[in-house]
Amino acid sequence: MSITAALGDSVAGVAAEPPRRRARRAHLVLLGPGLIYLVLFFVVPVGALLATSLYVPVPGGDVGEYQPAFHWQNYVDALAQFWPALLRSFWFAFLATVAALVIGYPMAYVIAVRARGRKLLQGLLLVLVVAPFFTSFILRTIAWKQILADDAFVVTAMHFLHLLPADARLTATPFAVVSGLTYNFLPFMVLPIFAALERLDPRLLEAGADLYASPVTTFRTVTWPLSMPGVVAGTLLVFIPAAGDYVNASLLGNNTNTTMIGQVIDARFFKVLDYPTAASLSVVLMVAILVLVGAYVRRSGTEDLL
Amino acid sequence: MTSTSSAVTADATGAGGAALELEGVTKAFGQFVAVDDLTLTVPSGSFFALLGPSGCGKTTTLRMVAGLEQPTAGTIALGGRDVTGTRAHQRPVNTVFQSYALFPHLTVGENVAFGLKRSKAKDVAARVVDGLDLVELGHLADRKPAQLSGGQQQRVALARALVNRPALLLLDEPLGALDLKLRRQMQLELKRIQTEVGLTFVHVTHDQEEAMTMADTVAVMNHGRIEQLGSPAELYELPRTAFVANFLGQSNLVAGTVTERLTKRGLLGVDVRGTRVLVPAARAVRTDGAVLVGARPEKMRLLVGDQTPGRGENVLGPGTVTDVSFLGVSTQYQVEIPGLGTFGVFAQNLVGGATVTVGTSARLAWAVDFTFGLDGAQARDDGAVDLDDEL
Repeated sequence: MSITAALGDSVAGVAAEPPRRRARRAHLVLLGPGLIYLVLFFVVPVGALLATSLYVPVPGGDVGEYQPAFHWQNYVDALAQFWPALLRSFWFAFLATVAALVIGYPMAYVIAVRARGRKLLQGLLLVLVVAPFFTSFILRTIAWKQILADDAFVVTAMHFLHLLPADARLTATPFAVVSGLTYNFLPFMVLPIFAALERLDPRLLEAGADLYASPVTTFRTVTWPLSMPGVVAGTLLVFIPAAGDYVNASLLGNNTNTTMIGQVIDARFFKVLDYPTAASLSVVLMVAILVLVGAYVRRSGTEDLL
Repeated sequence: MTSTSSAVTADATGAGGAALELEGVTKAFGQFVAVDDLTLTVPSGSFFALLGPSGCGKTTTLRMVAGLEQPTAGTIALGGRDVTGTRAHQRPVNTVFQSYALFPHLTVGENVAFGLKRSKAKDVAARVVDGLDLVELGHLADRKPAQLSGGQQQRVALARALVNRPALLLLDEPLGALDLKLRRQMQLELKRIQTEVGLTFVHVTHDQEEAMTMADTVAVMNHGRIEQLGSPAELYELPRTAFVANFLGQSNLVAGTVTERLTKRGLLGVDVRGTRVLVPAARAVRTDGAVLVGARPEKMRLLVGDQTPGRGENVLGPGTVTDVSFLGVSTQYQVEIPGLGTFGVFAQNLVGGATVTVGTSARLAWAVDFTFGLDGAQARDDGAVDLDDEL
């Protein structure tokens, strides 16, 4: 076969291929790197985690030696022992999410709505919101430990003002842990709400005022519902990592009434070398978050917005 | 029109529109004076248009009436009650916004019900149905605004405002975003609805044809002031400033000096570069010194060859026909007269097609009675259509 004939063949072959199939192949090529990454670093580890959660100790083996099995009892044992920490994690995460919303929504509102049109000010305020990210998460949490310490000004001032009983402290309390969670995840609340409010057409607020709605009513009936996508995104971005966090609880909490599930998993994996319990708790945490988030997104009905 | 909407009509007429009075209203943004000492009365039940180019202060005026801006000075009264200083939600005024500003998260029906709910009205549901029927959109009550066409959204915005039976309805270029055909249709529709509900409408527009079609009274605004106020026909036939003459339709204006007064016939003799042109004294803004003599293009006709002017006609020229545009019902000629400039002449196509070709030498003739005289200190092309603006 001559070269030209072969070339002609292949050209004809390409032309004959239906365009939709070619587009699909392009999609696959473009998605390839992401898919490979996800399989390697997500699907495989999750599979390993699921498998580990069912392991049993090697009979007569050393500490930390396990063998594959289908020991579902691991889940029952883990939950029976650690359900308080699991519940507390969700409770703390919930409190931190609410606090971040209460603090973050007005921040986002000021940046997006009040500073609208003043690009420089808006940029500056946004930089301030993300500025904490320039310092390590751990370092900042340790700094909070200093700020809330017994002899630091916050506690002494509160004692002086009788806002805190003389023998009470802030560190090693649930308050400190929830504060730390709120502080650390606040930017994740502010940014999506800012994005939603920025898109809000100010003329809609004028239309609200024109239709007899007071500023408060306009906020309730126009601004708030239209910022819901941002609120939902923000609350998820705070709640999910907060529920699994162990840094704040470790650094700002104590070992009794602030233990979060992340701490337990950390201790089981790295200190006790109880891999099956750590793995089964991880799976439970993951599934519980998925269920909660699914129910929340469904209930908030954000897929219907815009 | 369905019978259900007659309830709206009857009630609304009973409520009636309120008169709007602006007294010395000024709005300054820093150094820029958007509205300058504006005094204006809009009678109850009228369809009033504020007409002017962009930046003339008409939208700012409207926003002050709506309560979305507060005047720097002056008072605004609605139905005899001073509302200056009250906020938008406290005024019995509703606006149809240029962008419609429909709430995207609410259905059409919920949009229309918004104002009624805020004012704690009774039978909201029934009134929403009536309001949507009035704009013939009853079948779309459950849709979201994004699912509607531009014209439908415009009608929802109108229903959302009208359903509250406001004392005053403000329309901020509500037809600007629609294509020409839909715009014409909506103009008639709006006029019909205004007559039906009997409310006071204040309509802001830069489209002079729209203002003339719809309004009973038009105020032409420029640089934050009202240039002239009157019925569309008055403004058109007897403009009092060069800006009005050029902005509202087209005008042929030429500079001259008053040289004689024929008091017995009530005429002024004006010297236009050696040609005497007569202007009725009653139709002249000033009766001495430098004036601009004007006439509308459709009042003018071409004299070619040995054609002679009729009795009581002014004549200018000769000049040269530089352009002929055939428009179907009429033909537009451009005639260049050396030293005087270019004149437009609109001729009805009574005999089919253009009768004069480019390059022909022609004179212009028009009835003295249709001539008007303006202040000669004004620029001849003040308010003339800027091609960039029309795009």
